[in-house]
Amino acid sequence: MTTLATPDTVILGIETSCDETAAAVVLGGNDVLSSVVSSQIDIHARFGGVVPEVASRAHLESIIPVIQEAVHSAGIDPSRIDAVAATVGPGLIGALLVGVSAAKALALVWDKPFVGVNHMEAHLYAGLLDDPTLEFPLVVLLVSGGHTMLVEMIGHGTYRLLGRTIDDAAGEAYDKVARYLDLGYPGGPAIDAAAELGNPEAINFPRAMMHDGLNFSFSGLKTSVINYVRKNPDVSNIDVAASFQAAVVDVLVAKTIMAAQQVGAVGVVLGGGVAANSRLRAQLQSQGQLNGFRVAVPSRAMCTDNAAMIAAAAWHRLGSDGPTDMSVGANPNLALPVVA
Amino acid sequence: MLILGIETAVEHVSVALADHRGILATSSLASDRRHAESLVPMIQFVCAQAGINTAELDAIAVDTGPGLFTGMRVGITTAQSMAWALDIPIIPVCSLDIVAQRVTRCDDIIAVALDARRGEVYWALYRPTSDTSPIVQPLTEPVVTTPDDLVALLHERAQMVVCVGSGIERYKEMIESVSSAQCAGPAYAQPRAQELLTIATQRAIREEWVSASEIEAMYLRVPDAEINWATRQSAQDH
Ligand SMILES: [Zn+2]
Repeated sequence: MTTLATPDTVILGIETSCDETAAAVVLGGNDVLSSVVSSQIDIHARFGGVVPEVASRAHLESIIPVIQEAVHSAGIDPSRIDAVAATVGPGLIGALLVGVSAAKALALVWDKPFVGVNHMEAHLYAGLLDDPTLEFPLVVLLVSGGHTMLVEMIGHGTYRLLGRTIDDAAGEAYDKVARYLDLGYPGGPAIDAAAELGNPEAINFPRAMMHDGLNFSFSGLKTSVINYVRKNPDVSNIDVAASFQAAVVDVLVAKTIMAAQQVGAVGVVLGGGVAANSRLRAQLQSQGQLNGFRVAVPSRAMCTDNAAMIAAAAWHRLGSDGPTDMSVGANPNLALPVVA
Repeated sequence: MLILGIETAVEHVSVALADHRGILATSSLASDRRHAESLVPMIQFVCAQAGINTAELDAIAVDTGPGLFTGMRVGITTAQSMAWALDIPIIPVCSLDIVAQRVTRCDDIIAVALDARRGEVYWALYRPTSDTSPIVQPLTEPVVTTPDDLVALLHERAQMVVCVGSGIERYKEMIESVSSAQCAGPAYAQPRAQELLTIATQRAIREEWVSASEIEAMYLRVPDAEINWATRQSAQDH
């Protein structure tokens, strides 16, 4: 580790890849001094999904107030900041560029390193941020509106992709089913709330590819929910929501445990926006422990998009790779760097 | 008064530094929309050329559109982040004003039109500069319409008009069909950081500036999703 990332290093992280404008100040890679998230959920709700141009405009309006609040509530003078980091991908290009431009401008004026961060890598670090005592290897289940993947964290910066969705992301399936059932947007919290009241065993929806490797498929489940409701128009929405959620969670949890057993992981970690789901959190906790793994279920604030995880990942990258060149832009399709 | 000018509202990027003596350094790049990649290195370049540190800046001027949405946002975010960190003001300038400022020593009305794609142009009319007024004065508010609306107005006014901008170049035949219209040519078709700073320097004297959080982009168009949503709403209401 170079001297760029020490326990005293203070990093300002900025995240604008999708529909949250976020900034955070993190000391030494894991001490969160402040974390501010301005959500655009209300702005996109009437469209039933995130609209890229609407998101970019909202980021531009919020970026300075959010950064200002993060620095202010960290209780530090800006001169104490040692590096400025931002998500460079994956995400919506117009949205990403607002955060990248802000971070580079601040790094320029403060004469400090800029660090470009991979959003997916940052999600992996969110678990460690909540529990720094976790040891490698870890299996991380990353579930969000855009991604469903199982990643082995072999060490810092060294990851192996164990499985991923072959069609829809889990969060996408939630949004589509929620829309079909008229439960509102975003689908995750809407179905979660409805499922609380319903019977998860009312309908036996298919558990796709349950015993077939570590990849996921959710588009068939979405179709069978829609077909079932068409054939049974009197069925209660809450039972459909609860049964759908049970099917999704069963598959996610079973494959995570399977993956952890395969690679001999010490622990399992949950991450991504769908990780705020209460059934998923409870099931992974109980199933993981039952199978002898350490289970890290980060706080909901750390699972969903935030900038503390960006600053945490940046601290490790600054140590291993040094600063990012100022001529770097954003890459909407940036992949997680994995080993074969 | 040392001012940094940032121009990213069109395809190319340009950056310049000016003080009371005039332009100190410029950098321009006919990049294919790689604004976010080029902008900060270009700012570093002009500062190095002029031998100044960003801490010495007194204000930042930026083109706030209308123009390319993503490009505008890169320039505005960069300007406001720098201004916030340096605790200095921002001078927002309309892209059409900057193009009009490129047409100097002219006695006629100036019509500026920038290509807005989708068969439309962003445009406005200007009174020319004079000895007493070194910066152009707008006669109309910036709007986005089809070029036919601009052509109709030019016919109506029936007075000599100098027409300039990428939108004029794009619809040159239509514009030239108006006998009183005269095209300035492609060399003046885009806004540049130099003229942005000519305007900003004059505004800085009168302290016509805003703080970092007060600056707004001039889109002139609502996002497509808003239009579609409004259409669906009104269909449901009927
Ligand atoms: Zn995310």
